[in-house]
Amino acid sequence: MAAIEILGLEKTYMVGFWRKRPKRALQPLHLTVEEGEIFGFLGPNGAGKTTTLKMLMGLVFPTAGGARILGREWTDPDVKAQIGFLPEQPYFYDYLTAHELLEYYAQLSGVPGKDRKRRVDEVLARVGLTDIKGVQLRKFSKGMLQRAGIAQAILHDPKLVFFDEPMSGLDPLGRREVRDLMEQLKQEGKTVFFSTHILSDAEALCDRVAIIHRGELRGVGAVEDLTSSVQGKVEVIWQGTQVPAAMKALGADCHVSGDRVRAVIPDTQQDAAIDALRRERLRLIAITPLRTSLEAYFVEKLQHSQTTAGTTA
Amino acid sequence: MSARIVHIAANTFREAVRDRVLYNLIAFALLLSGAAIFIGQISIEIERLVVVNLGLTAVSLFGVVIAIFIGIGLVSKEIEKRTLYTVLSRPVRRWEFIVGKFFGLAGTLVVNTFFMAIGVFAALLYVAHKFASPDAFILVALYFIILEFLILCSLALLFSSFSSPLLAAVFTFSLFIIGSFADDLRGFAAMTHGITRWIATGASYLVPNFSTLNVISAVAHQQAVGGQLILQNTFYALFYTAMALSGAVLIFERRNLK
Repeated sequence: MAAIEILGLEKTYMVGFWRKRPKRALQPLHLTVEEGEIFGFLGPNGAGKTTTLKMLMGLVFPTAGGARILGREWTDPDVKAQIGFLPEQPYFYDYLTAHELLEYYAQLSGVPGKDRKRRVDEVLARVGLTDIKGVQLRKFSKGMLQRAGIAQAILHDPKLVFFDEPMSGLDPLGRREVRDLMEQLKQEGKTVFFSTHILSDAEALCDRVAIIHRGELRGVGAVEDLTSSVQGKVEVIWQGTQVPAAMKALGADCHVSGDRVRAVIPDTQQDAAIDALRRERLRLIAITPLRTSLEAYFVEKLQHSQTTAGTTA
Repeated sequence: MSARIVHIAANTFREAVRDRVLYNLIAFALLLSGAAIFIGQISIEIERLVVVNLGLTAVSLFGVVIAIFIGIGLVSKEIEKRTLYTVLSRPVRRWEFIVGKFFGLAGTLVVNTFFMAIGVFAALLYVAHKFASPDAFILVALYFIILEFLILCSLALLFSSFSSPLLAAVFTFSLFIIGSFADDLRGFAAMTHGITRWIATGASYLVPNFSTLNVISAVAHQQAVGGQLILQNTFYALFYTAMALSGAVLIFERRNLK
């Protein structure tokens, strides 16, 4: 069963004060996220990621279209007991302590009274807030608030978790911890849908990604598929600072860095390159097919859309 | 009542307490004790009248200020600060949120009024040295004041559900003022003719009739308040509150939270 089926969800806002004019925030979006995967929703700022998430959460109403979450209509309030949501730059009731906040959210999520305290303590420990659980949130740093936000999203043991820019405001260690947490959630069989514009996070974590730009879906697929569609080139690395003439003759693009040389050559020249290194008695360190990075794919999709928009205009 | 409504109401009450709303009780206590001592010294025979009048009016005004200034932010502040996102992404219906907020604020005002009422009776005991049986009607006046708060809370919530806090404050306060003169408005309507009469009559029945809920002067003069008026005011206030709350829910159910 698909965890999320987005069926032509679209949103047009009316902007302007006197003469209202329509501004399309999201073109009809069709997207399916399977159960148990980590799905990255990528796009630059203002692409429509948060609008999509808000519509799925029932915070903003779509102009048209619909969605199914965990096999049920997304407007069914009861389905929300099965989902967790971390908004972008979350802000909470700052007169509450972290413990009180989670206790309150546990009540609203329908966590039974007998399990509530245990669940709250577990989640506080999981995000590293146990020591400051009695401190009012108004005294929390941005990173600590983000942790509290993650805690409230997973508090009620949801099957599906939506994170909107979960790494925002976190230091490198915090980002690493969130990445680990998301992987743990996947291992527990949960589905994670997260939006980000930090592509390295998406590349490291996601099973599949979708790229959205100016409210339009530009590409969707498994990270491996998107990054393997290359180029017919291999990267050869050997020890030393010497670049044999035979390598240059193969059309290698060489860079010397420290005591290593990195060369990119067409994959058809791979055997000839190995022979050339052997003849010069140079030590081969690695030879790997060159893959497109997710960033390269992302930039290509964005540039393509801009070119298309320019042509259309 | 849904458990979620109770939790939202309890959290709203907790917010008011932690935001030091109940600190107004200190100002109220100072005002009333000062007034009681002063009146005890300068007035003869009318201490009781003055203390009841002043006390109940202060209870009403303090509560009105709290009802308006907290009520107008109940929804808009949650939208502006985005605290609502993590509430409505749970199995919480929008109407439950509105009703929970209403009961939270109403609860705050009831508790506030309870402590103020103790203050009024203490001041009365100080100046009159004993209670008389007509003093029981002070409780009826306090009950009517609470009914007034319920209407105001629901109106503040209604305006808060679609406008900015400033506009909501202006609308609610204006209705409070107009509603306090609702009987005069009806009298004026009766004196006019034609379309003016229609408009004035319509307006006089549309605005909340706070003048019928004001029995402070009668109670201060130790006059009885009839059972029929209690019943009528209870029904009227609950009906008006339910209508205003329904309006707030209808608007909020359709609102995009940007």
